[in-house]
Amino acid sequence: MNIVVLIKPTPDITKVKFDIEKGTVNRASTNLEINPFDLYAIEVAKRIKKLFGGTIVSISMAPPQAEVALRDALARGVDRAILLSDRRFAGADTLATSYTLASAIRKLGSFDIILCGEKSVDGDTAHVGPEVAELLRVPHASFVTQVSRFDKDRIVVESDYGDAYYEIELRLPALVALSRPLMFLGETVEPSIPKVGDVLRARRAKIEVWSADDLKDVADLNRLGILGSPTRVVKSYYALESGREAKVVRGIEGVSTVLQALKELGVL
Amino acid sequence: MSWSGVAVYVENYGRGPSKASFELLGKAREIAAKIGGFVHAIVLLDKEVEKCADVLVAYGADEVIVYRVEDRELPNLLIHKCSLVDAIKQLMPKLVLFPATPWGRSLAPRVAASIGAGLTADCLDVYVDDSGDIVQVRPAFTGNIIAHIKTITHPVMTTVRPGVFPVPKPDFSRKGRVIEKVLNSNMCPSAKEGYRVLGLSREKKVRIQEARVIVSIGRGVKSREDIKLFEELAKELGAQLACSKPLVDAGWMEKDFQVGFSGNIVKPKVYIALGISGAPQHIAGMKDSDFVISVNTDPSAPIARYSNIFVVGDMYEFAKKLLDAVRTLKGVGN
Repeated sequence: MNIVVLIKPTPDITKVKFDIEKGTVNRASTNLEINPFDLYAIEVAKRIKKLFGGTIVSISMAPPQAEVALRDALARGVDRAILLSDRRFAGADTLATSYTLASAIRKLGSFDIILCGEKSVDGDTAHVGPEVAELLRVPHASFVTQVSRFDKDRIVVESDYGDAYYEIELRLPALVALSRPLMFLGETVEPSIPKVGDVLRARRAKIEVWSADDLKDVADLNRLGILGSPTRVVKSYYALESGREAKVVRGIEGVSTVLQALKELGVL
Repeated sequence: MSWSGVAVYVENYGRGPSKASFELLGKAREIAAKIGGFVHAIVLLDKEVEKCADVLVAYGADEVIVYRVEDRELPNLLIHKCSLVDAIKQLMPKLVLFPATPWGRSLAPRVAASIGAGLTADCLDVYVDDSGDIVQVRPAFTGNIIAHIKTITHPVMTTVRPGVFPVPKPDFSRKGRVIEKVLNSNMCPSAKEGYRVLGLSREKKVRIQEARVIVSIGRGVKSREDIKLFEELAKELGAQLACSKPLVDAGWMEKDFQVGFSGNIVKPKVYIALGISGAPQHIAGMKDSDFVISVNTDPSAPIARYSNIFVVGDMYEFAKKLLDAVRTLKGVGN
């Protein structure tokens, strides 16, 4: 089985610093790591490989310093890691990103399943999975909470539609965007910690870096990066300034203060 | 023909058009008044076309585009995509709005990729600026950053977070037009073979996004059995019980109850956080609540900064005493 995993190297959202005045992210403030949702995609890929054999190829589009995250992916069980890195990919919105990833998958040749996380912690769009699927003309399911059947040519998954969860059968090849908590064939899936041996092996492994020129047989270069991006950020600002000044109370006084507030708010 | 007006995708796989769809129709009217053109509602239906169309017109649609489908309640994503692509090509709307529900966020990107349009996710606002451009406002970086985004091609496509716009007052004297469409199979090849909805898998037990008052519990809970105490408090306050991520990870509560970036984003009138320290992922899910009360043993817990009242203390003791006080109060009231 040819398994493709889409991995986004993202800043560690619990450590990253923001430039509060400019409303931007200080990218130097933390390393890039595997988007936490994508760890589940790697885990599911390993389980599929165990059942059917095959290869797991990961594809990422990121600046060169993302190599650390890709070595982590190799340590976790990815067989081959490809990094799409080129100035011409820069400034891409979700459409251009999806086009670039889909082009790279085309260049790889045939695939049976593409796995990714439901969204990323930095962009938070959840667009890239469905867009890649559309560009490759394969079905997809997003916000997947369970993979309940996995055959050579079709799978059954549970997908969160919002109002309820639905059971969907997808014909392979297909793309699945994974949520958490997640079940695979009746077992709970949790990212595992890589073994020391695997980490050391991954340190020496080769990361394939592809540039825009490597995609020129499969892609229209005008659809990459900012050229291929119809959306533009016109301004941004830091949003977690709360503007709230908490009244701090202790112990029993807390109960009476809260009780009073709940009365004033009309809860009681 | 040029690009004009606003199209709204009406999410309609449940008991009827979703509340979020009505919110979008209200917003669409406001935007159409500024940029000109019609408000189109696009809906997939199996029966009772007139009844549904009348409602959509009452909530703001000038034109209702209906695609007839067999299994409205078991929606096929690929058929919805093909219908929308067909509608957008014919209507040429300047703006297309989708509800940013999981379904809407799965469907809209497929439509966008199919027609090569720009798409902005999970917006908190959409407005027309002084130069007449449509601007989309959205959070990014787990809610840390707010970005204003313009789309430089047509159409502008946006998913909008449910609950941010009010449901407009329906006006059943409004007049509108209904256009029925049929998708023929060669417009959507292999949709049915590729994607099959086998059935409803699980209903959601709760919709914490709709709660007016939320009692939310976190890592401070010591055992699964202890949840009962907080459940009782929530019940006594007429509140919905919710939780932060650690309790879902521990398997003590289901994800439908989870507030946060990877759970549900809520905006209640009152949010009571017990034993929650306030990791960024949790803050992203509750910071827009009207009034926040938090209880934590750690006086330096980050949640303090997002609270109106911060009680330094033990969540168990607090819950027991508040429960007693509320019961006494209610007893007196009777």
